[in-house]
Order: sequence, then C-alpha cells, then structure tokens
Amino acid sequence: MSSAAARALGLFRVLDDRSKADWSLAPGFTRELGLRAYREMKRLRVLDARMILLQRQGRIGFYGAAHGQEAVPIATGLVLEADDWVFPALREQSVMLVRGFSLDAFIAQVFGNSGDVLKGRQMPSHQSGKQVHQVSWSSCIGPQLPHAVGAAWAMKIRRAPSIAVGFAGDGATSQGDFHAAMNFAAVFKTPAVLVCQNNGWSISVPTSRQTASETIAQKAIAYGMPGVRVDGNDVIAVYTVLAEACARARRGDGPTFIEAVTYRMGAHSTSDDPTRYRTQDEVDAWAKKDPVDRLRKALMHERWLTEEDDAALESELTREVADAVNRVEALPAVPRETLFDDVYAELPWHLEEQREELMALHARPALG
Amino acid sequence: MPQLNMVQAINDALALEMARDDRVVVLGEDVAKVGGVFRVTQGLYERFGEERVIDTPLAENGIIGSAIGMALYGLVPIAEIQFADFIFPAYDQIVSELAKIRYRSGGEYTAKLVIRVPVGGGIRGGLYHSQSPESLFIHVAGLKVVAPATPADAKGLLLASIRDPDPVLFFEPKRVYRAAKGEVPDGDYEIPLGKAKVVREGKHVTVIAWGAMLYEAIAAADEAIKAGVECEVIDLRTLWPVDIDTIEGSVKKTGRVVVVHEAPRSCGFGAELIALINERAFLHLEAPPKRVTGFDTPFPYQLEMDYLPLAHRILPAVLETAQF
Repeated sequence: MSSAAARALGLFRVLDDRSKADWSLAPGFTRELGLRAYREMKRLRVLDARMILLQRQGRIGFYGAAHGQEAVPIATGLVLEADDWVFPALREQSVMLVRGFSLDAFIAQVFGNSGDVLKGRQMPSHQSGKQVHQVSWSSCIGPQLPHAVGAAWAMKIRRAPSIAVGFAGDGATSQGDFHAAMNFAAVFKTPAVLVCQNNGWSISVPTSRQTASETIAQKAIAYGMPGVRVDGNDVIAVYTVLAEACARARRGDGPTFIEAVTYRMGAHSTSDDPTRYRTQDEVDAWAKKDPVDRLRKALMHERWLTEEDDAALESELTREVADAVNRVEALPAVPRETLFDDVYAELPWHLEEQREELMALHARPALG
Repeated sequence: MPQLNMVQAINDALALEMARDDRVVVLGEDVAKVGGVFRVTQGLYERFGEERVIDTPLAENGIIGSAIGMALYGLVPIAEIQFADFIFPAYDQIVSELAKIRYRSGGEYTAKLVIRVPVGGGIRGGLYHSQSPESLFIHVAGLKVVAPATPADAKGLLLASIRDPDPVLFFEPKRVYRAAKGEVPDGDYEIPLGKAKVVREGKHVTVIAWGAMLYEAIAAADEAIKAGVECEVIDLRTLWPVDIDTIEGSVKKTGRVVVVHEAPRSCGFGAELIALINERAFLHLEAPPKRVTGFDTPFPYQLEMDYLPLAHRILPAVLETAQF
C-alpha cells in the first residue's frame, strides 16, 4: 500500500488505549498547548451543558452541542494564525472562542439579543465573527465548503500568507458542494484545509448510508490531494495532523482533506431523540473514548495536571460560563426596526415601506 | 462615439473595470482561452492573465460557491453562468448563501459579486438554452436583478453593478447580443441601478418591457401609432429593486398598462408589477392591466416563435387595452 493510501485508510493516533501519549508522533505538542487545549475543551463542555439546560428551561430556542467532538474545533483554534479564515459547520462554532472571541459575545449569539453582532438573525449554534475571520454557517449542508475554498483561492491570488479551513460532517460528503469544493481546491491548488468530522450519524442516518467508501478520507486521493484519517477524539493527534496540513497549505503545496473519526455523544440538536435510532451500547462504547477524559488522563500521566488542578479548573469554568450567561441574558431584545436592515447595503423603497407598515402597527397603543 | 454591439459593450466594461480594480476576477466555464461561448470575455485572458480570468471546472455550484468565498475575502468576482438554464445547480448557493450573507452576519460580512447570465429565447436553443428565470431571483431578498436592453446601457449598468455593494444578477439578452447595436460612450460611466428609462413617450398606453422584448414592444408601439394609439414604452433596465416611481407616474398618466416578458406568465415578474400598479394607481386605471408573456409551458424548441411575446402578440393587447 502506498503511504498516501495508508494515511487515508489508517487512523492516526497519539494517545493509546490507556491515554498515554507517544510524543515521538507529536513533536510540536508542548505542555503549554496540552493545558490550553484541556482548558478550552473543558470550557466548551461546560458551556454546552449550560446551553442545553437553558434550552430545556425555555430560555433559548435551540442548541447543537459539540459534546464528544470538542477535540477538532479546539485543536483548530490552537493551530490557526490570526489572519486565517474559518468556515464552520454545526459543531465547530467554538473555534472562534479559542481565537480570542469573547465568551459574552458568543453567548449573545445564542440568546440573539442586542449583544449579538448578528442582530438576532441566526439560530443558536451558527456563530460568526469578522474580528476572528469566522463566517456564519447557513444550516444548509455543505455550501460552506466551496466558500472556504474560494477564500483560500483569493488568498493565493492576493499572495497572502494565510489559509482557510472548512468543516463538514459525514452527511455533507454526500452533497454536490462537497464534490465541487474538493475538486476546485485541488485543481487550483488552494491553501485550504477541509475537515470532515465523521461522527457516525447525520441525525438518524448512519455513515454507511452516506458512503460505501471504506473511509471518507480516501475520497481525497481521487481528487488529487492528501487524505488523512485521524482519531478525532485524540486532540493531540488532531492538532498534529492539522498543523501539518496548515503548514503544507501555507507553503503553497495545496489542500489537504482530513477525516476526524469521532462520535456525537448527545442528540443531533435539542430537537432530536437519538434513542430512536442508535443503541445505548454504542454510546457507552464511545463514552470510554471521551476526548476530554483522554486528554485529562494524558496530562496526568505526564504530571502536568493534578486532580486538584482539575477540580479547581472545573469550578472556575463553571463560574465563568454562569457569569457570562447572567450578564448576557440581561441585555435587551433586538429592536424591531432592525428587521429590515442589512438585506441590502441601503434600504430600498419597498423595504422602507414595509418597515413603516410594521412600525405603524406597533405605534398604535392597542397593539403596542 | 463608437458603434458597438452588446457583446463588445459588455467586454469593454469588463476590461475597463479589470484595469481599474485589480480585485476584479472573471471566472466561469470557457471564459478564458476561448473568451466565452458568446465571446463576451474575449481578450481578457490574454490581457489580465490566468489568475484573473479563470476557466473553471464544469460545476455551477462550484463557480458561485467559490466566488462567494473570494468575495468574502475581498475580491470582486464576476462569475459567468454560460446559459441561464444552467444556473440551477448554483441556485442554492445564490439563494441560501449569496443573498443572505449580509443579513445573517448582521452586516459584518458581504459577498459582493456579479453573476453574468445570458438569458432568453429566440435563438433556436430549445428548452435548456432559452429560459428567463428572473422572477426566481427577484423573489429572493438580498439580490439585485439587472436586465439591459441596449449596448450603452449594458456597459453602464455592468460598471454600476460591479461597483454596487450588493450581489447582482446581470441578465444579458442573448438574442440581441450582436443584433443590438448603438453608440456606446468611450471610457468610464455608470447607469445607476434602480432607474428605468422611458424610451418613448406616449399618452395612451404604458408598455413595460426589458431585455430583448424591449425591441418587440417598440415594434408594436410603431404599429399602434398607425391605429392612433400612442404608447409610452418603459425599459425597466433594473428589475429589482424596480423603479416604481417611473412606473407609477406613467400609469397614472396613461391609465392603461401592458407588461411584456419572455418568462412564463404565472408568478412572472409581470404579476408583481401589476400588483404594485393596482396598489398604487388603481383609481387611475381605465382598463384592466394586461400581460403579454411566455406561456406556462417549458420553453419549446420548434414552436419558440409562438411562445415568445413578439410584436404581433403585443400589438393586439395594446389596442385592446387602449380601446377598453
């Protein structure tokens, strides 16, 4: 088997079954990175749990948690440079938190109130921030991949040293936009890194219904670019593979496609009931490979983290998230008249009329 | 002023803007070496190089999807869809992504691009080289839709479209690509978006048209004069946002209106125009507004001259409206 095929068909891991790291496989990964990754993954887990609770309490409308899939977004945030661009799918919003976007502003996009730079236009779990070059996902499956490739292509045309990373799930690999993105990325040798988080399920449909390929990573070979299959619950492995792909893109050697094999521990979203389509045994088996647990054990093996550190971190992060939620939830709602803004750069006559119609209705005392 | 046809006028605008603004790139199927199947982009590849004039793989969703990414990053892509009939693989990218990026990002991001689309029938193109899908884009909030009829307007509207901050669908009437000739000013000028042109003043019936059908409307107006009916012919030029003031003013003056378009009748843009007219000028109307349009069938191959709303179909509608 060629080495290219081996990388696409195998599974790159740094952590073994006992969560001990083989550091010879991850030479760039430091103690500092490990602790940072752990803090970010843990914060994301605390945040997700809190958001699900808020949804259950009726305080937010929807949420799609990253539970079980924290390694990929956090490793991405740690790998990228400030000028790189990110095109997330449903479970990679948190990349922006690692890249300096404030937790309050992030949570404001979940509440969609006046603290939200998106002005309450998007559902929760569609976060975006220009300040960190992260572009909001649309809910449609796959269209962000050609955008990532186009942005990377523009960087190449403009001789910028940056790269773009695009994400999708295993379901998106069935879409035409996945094909177009892979094809354009390779044909034009764009500085793009395309990442598939294969979490086994597209809502209720298993990966076996998305593709008959042995792996998703192997599809890259047909497009003429490297495909790398990595243990998506091993943040050190994910970081290592991403760092290599980003360096390759930055050197001008073209795109890489990464399949991160992981598992969605929770429901697809707060509107889903996974007990209808998958077994508890399957969930339990994956629970033993939890990415946060594995990193914690790895750090403890190295004596970089103690039980006491971990407990202190947990309460610190819980407080950080709770305080942010309290601050953000108190912000006022989005003003009604903004409904018509940003459809176009300037308000055209027909939207001006429609805005007047809405505002006049609410100006009447009886309906106000 | 030079006499140019529409192909030359559009080419002139593209070359001018590419020379002025190095963020502008042209991409699409066959647009580089061969200069486009209609030769609209001819010479640009030689002049501006392969990085800015790009033959893409044959995938409309990839063309528009990657152009959106380029635009997000700050380039100004001009994408060509070879025929309007081939735009639908990119429809999701246009409708779900392009049209909504400014809105869904709270105005933080924009994807400024122009999609050039040869449109319309009468070229023996059959079902899939003839359609006029403008209303499918007008219906989508966030898009602007432009439809020039003359070479001079095509150049000025294209320059305005490229410089406009919003995404623009630029529908080029391919039936008159070479047949429409006229004086086209040298150098840089813009025809503002959202402004119709009254191409002929008249007091009896307002006739609204755009693109290739403008010439049919004018031909019908020429005939109507012989029956003593003076048409006021309006070339919309920009379909959306439409120039409501010009329409309203004219219909209030004439009290009678005929709308002409190639697209099928039901839910065509004529339906929206007549609804707007009814809302704004109902008490000024002397006759029911009329539509002369393509039929609610797929675009035919052999019978296309029966399908198209040509002058011989417009004339009776004008006379009937005038005599109501």
